[in-house]
This record gives sequence, C-alpha cells and structure tokens, in this order.
Amino acid sequence: MWEYAPAPESRDIANLKPNYRMFVDGQFVEGTGEPLKTVNPATEEVLAEVSTASKEDVDKAVKAARRAYDRTWSKMPGSERAKYIYRIARLIQERSRELAVLESLDNGKPIKESRDVDVPTAAAHFFYHAGWADKLSYAGYGPDPKPLGVAGQVIPWNFPLLMAAWKIAPALACGNTVVLKPAETTPLSALVLAEIIQQADLPPGVVNIIPGAGDIGATLVEHPDVNKVAFTGSTEVGKIIQRQLAGTSKKLTLELGGKAANVVFDDAPLDQAVEGIVNGIFFNQGHVCCAGSRLLVQESVADELLEKLRVRVSTLRVGDPLDKNTDVGAINSREQLTKIQELVESGEGEGASRWTSACPLPDKGFFFAPTVFSNVSQAMRIAREEIFGPVLSVLTFRTPDEAVAKANNTPYGLSAGVWTEKGSRILWMAQRMRAGVVWSNTFNRFDPTAPFGGYQESGFGREGGRTGLEAYLDV
Amino acid sequence: MSDRISVAKTYKLYIGGAFPRSESGRSYPVTDHKGAFLANAAQGSRKDARDAVGAARKAFPGWSGATAYNRGQVLYRVAEMLEGRREQFIAEVSAAEGVPAKKAQSLVDAAIDRWVWYAGWTDKIASVLGAANPVAGPYFSFSTPEPTGVVAVLAPQQSSLLGLVSVVAPVIASGNTAVVVTSQDRPLPAITLSEVLATSDLPGGVVNLLTGRTAEIAPWLASHADVNALDLTGAPESIRADLERSAAGTVKRVLRARPSEDFTREPDLSRIRAYLETKTVWHPMGV
Repeated sequence: MWEYAPAPESRDIANLKPNYRMFVDGQFVEGTGEPLKTVNPATEEVLAEVSTASKEDVDKAVKAARRAYDRTWSKMPGSERAKYIYRIARLIQERSRELAVLESLDNGKPIKESRDVDVPTAAAHFFYHAGWADKLSYAGYGPDPKPLGVAGQVIPWNFPLLMAAWKIAPALACGNTVVLKPAETTPLSALVLAEIIQQADLPPGVVNIIPGAGDIGATLVEHPDVNKVAFTGSTEVGKIIQRQLAGTSKKLTLELGGKAANVVFDDAPLDQAVEGIVNGIFFNQGHVCCAGSRLLVQESVADELLEKLRVRVSTLRVGDPLDKNTDVGAINSREQLTKIQELVESGEGEGASRWTSACPLPDKGFFFAPTVFSNVSQAMRIAREEIFGPVLSVLTFRTPDEAVAKANNTPYGLSAGVWTEKGSRILWMAQRMRAGVVWSNTFNRFDPTAPFGGYQESGFGREGGRTGLEAYLDV
Repeated sequence: MSDRISVAKTYKLYIGGAFPRSESGRSYPVTDHKGAFLANAAQGSRKDARDAVGAARKAFPGWSGATAYNRGQVLYRVAEMLEGRREQFIAEVSAAEGVPAKKAQSLVDAAIDRWVWYAGWTDKIASVLGAANPVAGPYFSFSTPEPTGVVAVLAPQQSSLLGLVSVVAPVIASGNTAVVVTSQDRPLPAITLSEVLATSDLPGGVVNLLTGRTAEIAPWLASHADVNALDLTGAPESIRADLERSAAGTVKRVLRARPSEDFTREPDLSRIRAYLETKTVWHPMGV
C-alpha cells in the first residue's frame, strides 16, 4: 500500500462561528428550544452551539411561510421565482469550498465526497429546478398546475446540504414556501444555506430553517397549516409520519430506508465490479439509504470476487474527513456507531464469517473499519436490516431467477445494482428487480434530472426529474 | 311466455377467476331503490379478502409482465363484452341506482367507453410518463413507470357500474392487479361485470371482486402486508382515517379519493399515476 503524506483541508475555510441561530421570516433569530451542541464526529469536539426551535417557534415559522406564500411567492410569476432559485445555485457554487469543509466537519464524510458530490449536486438541484419554475405547464400535470402551499420538510444527517437542496429546490420551483428541519447532529450546512438564501434576497418567509430534534419534526409535520410533508429518513419514522397524517388532506412523500441488492454475474468485469461494490457500500461510510449493502454473487465467481474485494477494501484509508486522501470518514454519531456495532455482533452471533480491514483507525472520534460478511443467509439480521454503516453482507446465487428472488426478498425497494457484460441480461434484471433505481455496471449515481425514490417500504414519491414535480403540485 | 318462471341468478364472489360463495357461508339481501328484494349477495369475509389478495399477488407477475399491447387488447375486449350485455347492465343499473332507463343507458354507455379510453392508454403510459434523463455524466439514464403491485380498491357506493369501472380500469391498465370491494348496497352490476371480465381474456386473479360490508372487509385489506396500495373512494367516512393509519404499517400508497367524485366527467391521468412507481435505470456509456 502506498504511503501518503497527510493532505488536510484547512478547517478555517469553513468559517465556523461559535453560535448558529435558526432562520425564520428572513432573519436569524434565537430559538426558544434547548440549544444543542453539534459535534465533529471525527474528533468528538464541539463545533458550535446551535439554537433550536420550540413548538412555538415551529408555529412562528409556519406562519411566516404562510404569509410569504399568500403575499408574495404564490403570486410571483414563475420566471421571477426561477431567478431567485438560480441565484441560490450560483451562490452555492461560489461558496462551495466553504460548504464542503463545513459539511465534512459536521457530518464526518470525506472531503473528497463533500467537495465532489454533495456540494456540486446540491447546486445542480437548484439550477435544474430553477428552470422548471416557469415551465410547469409543460410538465404533464395540466395547463396550469398549482402549488400546494406550505411544505414541512424533515431531512436526515447523511447528506445534510444535499437533502436540503433536494427538498427546497422543487418546492420553491413549484411555488410553495418551506419550513425545513435539518437533522439534530448536522444542522450547520443548512444554516449556511439560509445565509445563502438571505444573500439571494429571497422574500422573507419563503424558506425557514429550524434546527431541532425529532419532536420538532413531529410538531412541524402535524402543524395544521402545513399542506405538504416531505420526509427523508428511516422507515420506522416514515411510518409514524404516515400515521400522523392519516385523515388529513396533507400531501406526503417519503424517502425511507433500503437494503439494496448488488448482483454480480459470472461474466461481469470483476475488477470494475469491485470498484462499484466498494463505492456502493463504503461511499459516505455506508450512511446511504440506497447503499448496495447486500452483495449477491454468482457462486462460480464468489471466491475470486471476495478475494479481490478484500484486497481492494484493505487499501481504503479510514480517518480524518478533511484529508483529501481519506476514503472513509467518521461515523456520524456515537449512537450510529453503537447501532452498527450491535448489528455486526448479531452477524457474528448468527454465524456469518466476518472480515474487517486491518486499516489503522484514529484514536479519537467515531470510526468503524470497513467490514465484509460472507456466508450470510437471507434470514440473518445483517441481510434484512439496514445497517447504515460500512458493512457489506455477501450472499451467493446460482441462476438469474434465484438472483431476482433474493434481490426482491425484502420489504424495501429503493435501489439495486447489476453487473454483467450481457446487455439483454441487464435489461432483464432491471425489469424484474423491484427497486426505484437500478444501477447497471455502476452504482450510487445521482442527478437532478433522474427521478429517485423507492418501492414498497422504501417510501413513495420521487425526487428529481419531471416526475419529482408531482410531489409539490396540487395534482 | 308470461307463464314461464325465469331462472334467477346466484350472485357470488369473483376470486382468482372463479366464482366462489363466501367461505363464511354468509349472504345478505340486496334490494332495489324502492326496497324490493333483488337477490342475495355473498357477504365476503376476512378469509375471502385474504384469498383475493393471494390470487391478485399470484396474477401480478403475469399481468405486469404482459406487453402493454396485450393489456390494451384485453381491456378493449372487456368493452366488447360489455357492449354485448348492454341491455342487461341497463336493467341492473336502473334497478340498483333507481335511475330512469335513459339515464341508466347513458351510464352504461359511459362505462363501456371508459374501458376503451383506458385500453388505449396501456401502451402510451410509458411514453407520456417515462423519460430519458439528460444526466451530467457519461451515462444513459432512463425512467419508466411500473405498476405498484396489488391494489385494494374500495369501489364507490353510489355509482354501481360507471364508478366501479372508473376506479378499476386505471388500476389494471398499467399492470397492477386488484382486489375490489364493490358497492355494499348496489353490488349486482359489479357481479355481472365479473362475468364479463371472466370472458374477456383477462387472466384470473387480475381483478377480484368482493361483495359484502365495506367497513368489515376494508380494514383487513388496509393492513394486509401483501397489498401495496389502497383506494379509499368508497370507504365510509367514519373509518377513512383508521384505514390510512393501518395502511401506514407497510407504507402503502393511499389514494384519498372522495366519494363525491363525478364519474360522468372525462377522467385524467391521476388515477393511473396513483398506482405507478418510477424506476430509473443507469448504465455507463463508453467504448
């Protein structure tokens, strides 16, 4: 393995402030909830104190969003809305390095990912949706589709800025106003996005960002003056929200968990597949709802592939998220690390064979070495439950039919992968795997033009593309 | 001829292409709008509902895997068969809904035409709702609509045929299979429709019809883990929220359609869209 000298980004670029406040009605204001301290998961040091919303603050934010909807945003021509949203896209690009460093500090993800994926894709989402704002009559939802009103949005900690972009951009383009609650452990980039929204001079109240814990999310989605709820997070919480909204007229979209099958056939280019498998499960420490966490390998190449995979995974560098050479960063929180450890223990307890990279781990912070389980059976928890960490479960199959049956043997259905050189087999598999995204001979690709979302218990509704607009229109 | 005793029909359920009685052995009297006895209908049970879901699930791979052209022809065939029984349906709708013959005639005609409308959609849905995604990278990315799976439909209580057709045809047009709870008090046109479906090349199990008490059967469908979507159109107001809560247990897609929907209006795509999943497929481009 090559030795690399450390090449860290400077944390000064993040312009960290000691205190962050919530953003309501165009102003940064002190929330009346219990302030939270957000922690750098790579060092366990406190990064900043963040004021949070109380239930009363949620009401204020929704009222501000309603006023902005009634008085300005819903009346503004789409062509004018578009220009505001384009401004946001440009401002994100201008402040991209700052945002990338801040995101890696607060989330723990490697700087090469926040720099090359999270931040540019966030900007792209605003740029793409800006263009829709004055073209909605061409979107296939009738001649003059209307917005829904106030959107209450709750997002997770795995892609804090990118998820905010996925939520806010289509909502604004369609003419809605927004109250967004970022995740408790990763509020900072959303609050810098609020600064950007202020710099873009959006009318006050069009976007409101209120940090807080799960109870504030629940208060937001239950608020009677919210017309639309969008949630990305666990299936467990998604079900609670769907229950909460029963009997109301609120429109709901959910983007929930997954347990994606990544299927490798014996004719696949194995070296290329190994890269895809690594990207599928170790990208963002495996904190990805569409992670390729179940590897299904055709039996005849299983030993060869596993050997190549272990060699490749051994070269992954785990450590300082700000180091440009880091491949796998910090687990986002102690709580998540504990969950990963518990599931890994269950895998060992249930008889799967564990292999863990011998890579060195930092002394401080929350880290978990990349781990591959083989001899996994479908009944084991590590084959059924979302681990949301750098842990891969490997199962085998003999025939294409068996691969399909195993791939679909899950209540989830967010994503899937297939690796083969045979075009007809790719299309055959893509047709049969019950998942919202199928990556063939690639994995974990995202684009604002490509609809993303799940089947079954991975949620409903799509984000991105023409299809994604439906979630924010009264159609 | 007036001395002749007519042969009365036994009205049964329609599950998996067969016409069973309710396993519970129960039936309930159906009357016309003036209260005169028309027939006994089977009072479907929890077990019947589960059998129907099983039949719908079994039929799903074949029906969703059929070509859109084939599905279109089958739906058109339903219209053909319905046209041939037009007089019978006019009489049944008139008796069930208490509307004059002329009105019943227009309702039946509209129901026939609705099958034709949806038959024409089967092979156009993907072109209208799908896309080639111009992603920023060397990949070919496309999105296609796919059927959600097994859809539980609580058919409208008032509109016994046109309403029923308007909620069932969009479900199966795109390749879903259906378990339908018919109008509780006006079930006879639905049962006769099942005879049409059975003779229209529609594979058994694609549409399953249950007669009985909506409020009794619906909760079992709303909570059934093998049901993927739920249409609330005919749900009694008092249990709508409960059904939605049950449906959340397996993240079902819920169509909160109102009972007041006017089925004489020309439909749009919303009922087709309600039971579709968008699948996005990526592949790298290169030499």
